[in-house]
Amino acid sequence: MMLAKIKEALAELYEEIPAAAETAAAEAVPEEAAAEQADAAIPEAPEEAGTEEEAEEPVAPPGPKETDYVATGYHLDTALPPEKIVAAVEILNREDFFLETITGVDWIDAQQLEVVYDFNHFDENCRVVLRSMLDRSKPEIPTISDIYQGANWHERETHDFFGIVFTGHPNLEPLLLPEDADFHPLLKDFKA
Amino acid sequence: MNGSLQQDLNQETFTLNLGPQHPATHGVLRVKLVMDGEYIVEAEPVLGYIHRMHEKMGENRTWVKFLPNCGRMDYLSALSYNHGYVAAVERAAGIEVPERAEYLRVITVELNRISSHLLWFGAFVLDLGGFTPLLYAFDDREQILDLLESVTGSRLTYCYFRFGGVYNDIDDAFITGTREFIKRLRKRMPMYHALVTKNIILIKRLKDIGPISKDMARRYGATGPVARGSGINFDVRRHEPYSVYPEFDFDVPVYEEGDSMARYMVRMDEIEQSMRIVEQALDKLPEGDIQPKKAVKLVKPPKGDYYQAVEAARGSFGVRLVSDGTNTAYRLKLRSPTYSNLSLFGEASRGMLLPDALALMGSLDLVIPEIDR
Amino acid sequence: MPEPFRVILFIIFVMAFAGLNAAYLVWCERKGAGHIQRRIGPKEVGPFGLLQPLADGIKLMTKQLFIPKGADPILFMVAPLMVMVPAIMSFCVIPFSETFVAREINIGLLMIFAFASVNVLGLLLGGWGSGNKYAVIAAARCVSQNVAYEIPMLITTITMVMVTNTMNLNEIVRAQAGWFFHWHFFRLDISLLMPVAFLIFFICSLAETNRAPFDMAEAESELIAGAYTEYPGMGFGVFFMGEYANIVIGCALSVILFLGGWQSPIPFNPAGFIGVLWGLFWFLLKLYALIFTVIWIRWTYPRTQFYELLNLSWKVLIPFSLFNLILTALQIKIFPWL
Repeated sequence: MMLAKIKEALAELYEEIPAAAETAAAEAVPEEAAAEQADAAIPEAPEEAGTEEEAEEPVAPPGPKETDYVATGYHLDTALPPEKIVAAVEILNREDFFLETITGVDWIDAQQLEVVYDFNHFDENCRVVLRSMLDRSKPEIPTISDIYQGANWHERETHDFFGIVFTGHPNLEPLLLPEDADFHPLLKDFKA
Repeated sequence: MNGSLQQDLNQETFTLNLGPQHPATHGVLRVKLVMDGEYIVEAEPVLGYIHRMHEKMGENRTWVKFLPNCGRMDYLSALSYNHGYVAAVERAAGIEVPERAEYLRVITVELNRISSHLLWFGAFVLDLGGFTPLLYAFDDREQILDLLESVTGSRLTYCYFRFGGVYNDIDDAFITGTREFIKRLRKRMPMYHALVTKNIILIKRLKDIGPISKDMARRYGATGPVARGSGINFDVRRHEPYSVYPEFDFDVPVYEEGDSMARYMVRMDEIEQSMRIVEQALDKLPEGDIQPKKAVKLVKPPKGDYYQAVEAARGSFGVRLVSDGTNTAYRLKLRSPTYSNLSLFGEASRGMLLPDALALMGSLDLVIPEIDR
Repeated sequence: MPEPFRVILFIIFVMAFAGLNAAYLVWCERKGAGHIQRRIGPKEVGPFGLLQPLADGIKLMTKQLFIPKGADPILFMVAPLMVMVPAIMSFCVIPFSETFVAREINIGLLMIFAFASVNVLGLLLGGWGSGNKYAVIAAARCVSQNVAYEIPMLITTITMVMVTNTMNLNEIVRAQAGWFFHWHFFRLDISLLMPVAFLIFFICSLAETNRAPFDMAEAESELIAGAYTEYPGMGFGVFFMGEYANIVIGCALSVILFLGGWQSPIPFNPAGFIGVLWGLFWFLLKLYALIFTVIWIRWTYPRTQFYELLNLSWKVLIPFSLFNLILTALQIKIFPWL
């Protein structure tokens, strides 16, 4: 129930992604497109994603992907460009999801950093994963710590380990690492 | 009082450094407090004093070799961590677990949960200035450690679970010992309630102290007894059943008040529920293997990412694996429950008196190595 | 025995008593705590660990008397003495037995209270002089606590002075001669609230001496060691001797005012030297029974909150002790023959 509802709501986000970015998100190589879009789309980042009109079930890969829960341990896998994350998180917040964790993955071969958000629901077993690919040379993504205060520490931790900059974060200082740490140990090219 | 005068008074604050060595932080947690007299204006936990980068270790050693690391994060409920990691890898690699092994996992994990809650009970009352319950709780906990030692071979940092099963079978001595222990603890719990729970000083120190609302728990991602003390009926064992938990009849204690007393009561009730689970598991314990017939030699989960959550003593412990198809993890994220639970301390403790804030902190049941990982 | 000689002898006795008492109360406390907590307590040094206090003393004395940076050295060193000296001074007027008292002065009760209030000054200076925030918080708590609890304690004492018409401690004890029901604790004919008065007095003496559940000045799980946080070696040791001496004074006053002091529970009082020992025996028995209660409470209850502590004093103890004062005054006025 919750799954279908949230899937629908998240699918609407894809409607508004310009075609160029859509293919980019699908191929998970949003380098130029995302960079372009970062300038273009952020000002008009949709606050009101849940409009009246019924979204059609997306047929193409872009859109929230239902996964086999038994095999993967989560229900919905949603790859979004970074500037859409806030809108998606707002939708989840509206549906009373809670944030399990935020983390990163370093795809060094593709020169990309992935940010992964895990959400879960208290009333129903419905795990939603949001993920977003960032350019490895300039990893920036808007913060969600003003929506989920718990994200504050998770984002700081992710910044510690990967150097991903959460723009708008109130206090992006090392949390688990020493306060003068200028290295990011979970990057694959980190040498101790 | 007019606004400007209030502001002037508020400026007379000072910074108090609580920790990293402080009796109430149970380890090396440091909290930077901005105080106005004895009132807390702002509290900022400072972490990382025993950060060991387990996640990097996970990327550098094979799946099997990471097993002992699990017991070294939450050293008080190490078996839950074992369980979370093992179950995640089993999900990723598609390893089947014999039923008997699952039962043994549940029995040991629940015993471990009882021992963790007992220790918390003692240490929490110690935080409030009552010394004696700690020693009684240790006395009971000692029995569990003896039992678990006879099966797992260690007393604290267990490494008992293997991919596809467990390392050692239990014997009759363990079964009778466990039953005796449960009988004994059932007799002792009323004593704890009579001497500690109903103590007027304790009630006054916990009732309405450190309220955490449902919404606050959600915004910070609090799980486990902290969430259940705030009226959220969320227990991974029920919510997202794993292992053989669906086969047992147990209640999830939920208290609506959201204060420290509610969290205290949740844990005390959970001890009883865990005892029920252990009893049922011992009754139903099937015969059979404790490891797959074909031993799991080489673990190479297919490419992809996987998530597995278990209910540790402190809340939902999650493992997020990213596998690239080799015998080591590409990325291993460990979601520790107290990390989220502690993150709400700053907001929840605002405006509280120092001793009350410490009661709140104690009721969050912090284990620092688990937060820092 | 010539008077000056006797006084010197008694002063030596009092100092030895205070010192030994502190040392062995620590032993009692640890042993008692041990048994309350299902363990044995000290047992290695000497038989039953009886030499443990000696070992502790040696350890404390051999430690460096370190004055932390930022502390006020003079206040820091003076504070422990300001806790201990007045406590020992108070011993001079405590009647251990009818004739076994260093100096029987007719304002003994007043003198003890005068000296007892120096104690809090010592803790305040120690906390302030340490230059440690925890110690300063503890010092501030300590002052408000002592101010709050001195009031009901003094009101209760005034009640007792009204009943006995004297401030001479020995006279107060003599007024309770005879059977045990002549002790003030049981004299409901003087005041219906006598047991309540005793309870108030006992609670106040717990609070005045900073004992659990009112150990706000130490509060080890909140303030590390409160006012003592920065004290090393014997500085800490002297504080502790003062603490324990204060506990003894508090309990001794409770015994003298309410439980008949050195009076035995039956009207049997041998004469001469035996009589002195007989009185001493009963006094110490009652004294240590009360001290044991203090230890027992400490190892049983959690600590109260600070505001609960103050609420208890201002909202419960002070009204009750005032009511008791009025009731006793009325009773004395209406039934003057009692």
